[in-house]
Amino acid sequence: MAMPALIENALANALTLVIDLDPALRDIVVLSLRISLTAVVVASLIALPLGAALALWHFPGRGLIVVALNALMGLPPVVAGLTVYLLLSRAGPFGELGLLFTPAAMVIAQVVLVLPIIAALTRQQIEALWAEYGEQLTSFGHGRLRAIPTLLWDARFGLITVILAGFGRASAEVGAVLIVGGNIDGVTRVMTTAIALETNKGNLALALGLGIVLLTLVALVNAAAYLIGESARRRLG
Amino acid sequence: MLRHLFAGTGLLLTLAGSALAQDSAQDQSSSQDSQNERFIILASTTSTEQSGLFDALLPKFKESSGIEVRVVAVGTGQAFELGRRGDADSLLVHDTAGEETFVAEGYASERRDVMYNDFVLIGPADDPAGIRDAGSAQEAFSRIAEAEAPFASRGDDSGTHRAEQRQWQEAGVEASVSWYRELGSGMGPTLNTAAGMNAYVFADRATWIAFDNRQDLELLYAGDEALFNQYGSLLLSEERHPHLKHDLAEQWHEWLLSEEGQQAIADYELKGQQLFFPNAD
Repeated sequence: MAMPALIENALANALTLVIDLDPALRDIVVLSLRISLTAVVVASLIALPLGAALALWHFPGRGLIVVALNALMGLPPVVAGLTVYLLLSRAGPFGELGLLFTPAAMVIAQVVLVLPIIAALTRQQIEALWAEYGEQLTSFGHGRLRAIPTLLWDARFGLITVILAGFGRASAEVGAVLIVGGNIDGVTRVMTTAIALETNKGNLALALGLGIVLLTLVALVNAAAYLIGESARRRLG
Repeated sequence: MLRHLFAGTGLLLTLAGSALAQDSAQDQSSSQDSQNERFIILASTTSTEQSGLFDALLPKFKESSGIEVRVVAVGTGQAFELGRRGDADSLLVHDTAGEETFVAEGYASERRDVMYNDFVLIGPADDPAGIRDAGSAQEAFSRIAEAEAPFASRGDDSGTHRAEQRQWQEAGVEASVSWYRELGSGMGPTLNTAAGMNAYVFADRATWIAFDNRQDLELLYAGDEALFNQYGSLLLSEERHPHLKHDLAEQWHEWLLSEEGQQAIADYELKGQQLFFPNAD
């Protein structure tokens, strides 16, 4: 297929998919969002306090953890997927749970991918704030532990971007969810694995059409976060 | 200060709340799964999945048995690995020699022929190696090697890759990296790459018929008995992996071999062509 015709077909495919509200596509979109949003929420709950703690406390081995987190931001999804697969496989330590090839396994894999990003970037943001306000905060007589929520709240606009970066990683990756989810039709098939499957079948126009739908969704989530951030900023005046 | 603290905690609680809501929604759906839906995990090949065969078979099987079959489509080598580790309840693959080894190793208690089709040689329409009129598969492979025409190989230890390697062996050819490209990918990606570099490629007929991005590629050689492609169903060992859903997997295995299952396989057509030919004994 010539390139312009391919793009035209892809756009037509994307439009038809959205306008027809294809039920199979709707299920795939809902599952994709549910898995990636759950993974980002779970990762944030761990990574925000973790990142803040790393910024505030200096202890032996801290440098090692900071470097490790930074390095893990570049963890190849396939490696994350393979590791989670080996852990959840029947022959692995958590095989009894029967989580392999379920959405829960995909959430776990995405948490592994997203957590280092959110933790590492949070540490960096909070460290800058702490350098600025640390003395002030401690002079009120509060301990560092009590400073964490305050700092996270003050850094919230920056942290929204951090969390969105995590969401971007989660919703864009295909290698990990393919291995631990198995791309089972109607059970663990998400946008990215569906795109990979259609590419494999040589249905390039449909694959690109799905890609356009995915990009639009990610853009909508980002726009929502931006608008919430802006309106909060305005209210603060 | 306190206000900030409360607000911060509130933010975290909201996040936690939404996470829990998500989780409980998932718990609910998974407990519903185990109550209302009986399912098995079937490790099978990309050729059966991508040709659309399962879309035709699985609803029929579900109707007659109430069992949902969840297909994980991988290369045959990886399917064996899933079976060995106890991650799949049933296997439907296409490497008879490998399947027999799998049974001999004690991982499966039974292996049965289910259906067949054939492998085909695909290549550029202008056929630089001249395999279109080859007298045998062996001759076609020899001509590709003599012409040193670019050849895209799966290189992924799949059933098709194993069959291709047997062809080179029989043709007595030592492939050289100057024209032989091992891609390490599934059938679809390999066809996509072959189309991009105008290379010869060894494919299963089902994936080729279903494949849409052919560009300049054409089916050039087929029909030798040596290109026979047999699919087999494996019943996994209860001793080796007692946790698997052996009852349900056995129902699927028996259904594939039954008259109803065999007929469903014969009935499946894509683009007006029958893709798989049932041959359970």
